[in-house]
Amino acid sequence: MSQKTLEINVGRQEMGADGLPVPSPIAPFDIPEPDIGTEHMLINIGPQHPATHGVLRLVCELDGETVKKVVPHIGYLHSSFEKLGEYRTWNQIVPLTDRMDYLAPLIYNCAYVMSVEKLMGIEVTERCKVVRVILMELDRIFGHLLWLGTTAIDVGAFTPFLYSFQERERIYKMHESLTGARITTSATRVGGMMADLPEGWIDQLKHFLDTFPDTLAEVHHLLTGNLIHIGRTQGIGAISAADAINYGFTGPNLRASGVDYDLRKDRPYYDYETYDFEVPVGEHGDCYDRYLCRMEEMKQSVSLLRQAIDRLPGGPINVEDPNISLPSKTDAMSDMESMIHHFKLITDGIPAPEGDCYLGIEASKGELGMYLVAEEGSTKPIRWRVRPPSFVNLSVIPKLAEGHLVSDLIMINASLDIVLGEIDR
Amino acid sequence: MTEEKKSGLDAIDEGPTASDAATPTGGGTAGDPADHASVQGLMAQFSDAVMRHRVNAGDQHVVWIDAARSHEMLTWLRDDPDQLYDMMSDVTGLDYGGGRPVEVVYQMYSTTHKHILRLRCELPLDALEIDSVCDLWKSANWLEREVYDLFGVTFKGHPDLRRILMPDDYAEGHPLRKDFPLRGRFSRAEQTRRALNQEVERYYLAEDLDTGLVPQEAPTAEVRRAEDAGGDL
Repeated sequence: MSQKTLEINVGRQEMGADGLPVPSPIAPFDIPEPDIGTEHMLINIGPQHPATHGVLRLVCELDGETVKKVVPHIGYLHSSFEKLGEYRTWNQIVPLTDRMDYLAPLIYNCAYVMSVEKLMGIEVTERCKVVRVILMELDRIFGHLLWLGTTAIDVGAFTPFLYSFQERERIYKMHESLTGARITTSATRVGGMMADLPEGWIDQLKHFLDTFPDTLAEVHHLLTGNLIHIGRTQGIGAISAADAINYGFTGPNLRASGVDYDLRKDRPYYDYETYDFEVPVGEHGDCYDRYLCRMEEMKQSVSLLRQAIDRLPGGPINVEDPNISLPSKTDAMSDMESMIHHFKLITDGIPAPEGDCYLGIEASKGELGMYLVAEEGSTKPIRWRVRPPSFVNLSVIPKLAEGHLVSDLIMINASLDIVLGEIDR
Repeated sequence: MTEEKKSGLDAIDEGPTASDAATPTGGGTAGDPADHASVQGLMAQFSDAVMRHRVNAGDQHVVWIDAARSHEMLTWLRDDPDQLYDMMSDVTGLDYGGGRPVEVVYQMYSTTHKHILRLRCELPLDALEIDSVCDLWKSANWLEREVYDLFGVTFKGHPDLRRILMPDDYAEGHPLRKDFPLRGRFSRAEQTRRALNQEVERYYLAEDLDTGLVPQEAPTAEVRRAEDAGGDL
């Protein structure tokens, strides 16, 4: 905790002691407005533009270089996943989930099956819980690393991009050895996982945890006290705590405004209350505090991963209920009864009780909610709704960007950490 | 066995079957209002507007409320010192099909009291409108637009009720309704024809479509030869 407070203060020492901000060296000079007739100009950023981080179109009304109004247009990636889900059995939906947030796919896999299990009243095994915690925390680092690299490149810092993508590559390899895929993992099943952790995977993870903090420290060294980075982020896109809640901010974006809201602490799942970790909270709510919050979260995730590895129990990974879990592939191929069991479970699906269920978990981008509605015995959802954190976070951008420069709009957009796959769904 | 043989692609068009309209219990077990302070408060304050209360998925309290009084009740939930639901996590729609009413679902959270509550409002198919809560929670802005876009529910008093995920000129209806076929109402050929026949005048100003000034004349071969030779004309 003490270290966290220290870090938040590092950048702010640039502020004056009397409470007034000292203009940063690259702040625009105060040049008097020339007396000429001007008019507002409409410009269009995107849909295909590297700084929009996806297929996002921002229509901006500008007065000179000052943004007067931003209207985001989304929907270019709309794939109607929610409609498709109504035509698929519970387990067949899992591959749709990782295509939403392809930057942290395992969190989506886990969130979806957790909600189905809650709806059906299934209690997964202890080993499965810890494995899912490991996967979710690993992908929190995975998602934050992409944000770190792309955001740094938006303000002109190229080196952190190379560092973070090198680390991401190592996580990609871990995804690959666990699931066979780098992005579209589809690792979870209702009642367990597609497969248990392969041999040597934990050693791979331990090696990553031993070396990753060094990279993180180097990025800290490059960005946290960097005057250009500070000039581009401090005081940019600030939002107060009350506004942030009212506008629906969640995740690191909300915590940067000073609201201590983390679903892992407030509505704990999978025994998160028994892990020892801190929730970093900012105070200014600007791009710089969002940066600090995410940097600290990666550190906390490393500590969480270490604790989870220590307590990883043995035993089965899938529940023992034959109505939920498939037989092993070897049995299904060699034993008649197991093959019938496999066939029945795949073709019929798992029946759900009547009712609805909303489960929110702390994804890398904010509160990820999965809302499911089922009717008595239905093997497909009546409604599968994803409450995407980036969707609500992006809707705040007209408020954040108003009055800032166009280059700040790029920084604000980057600092929100959006992924268009889940916004458009 | 049905008479017609279905191909693999036809089979995918089988969605979940709509249930009997006579038994809309909403599942779960009958709730005891004493378990949740807000449900108790709602029942005391708006006894005639609370229609059902169930507990789903173990511990999730769901309250069905009268859509006509939803705005009043949500305002009370936000402002009453014992409730203070300051976070509207989610607004979404729900269609069971089979002529049953479309529902609007609110997920709320109180950061002060750490309460979570789910409200559902039933809207009959011939009157799909409800008061917007955009004035209470700004987060409802895009969420309500999405419900309007995908379910066709009109939110009265919404500042900017436009389609959000589908294009503005989408003519096939509201995709998440159960009467909407999985692959759209129009044939693929019709969809392509409409995409190709869009009127550019709707999206561009007249001067944008102008061809510009009179093109400059390229120098003739004679002039170029003379220039290469370094001579002056």
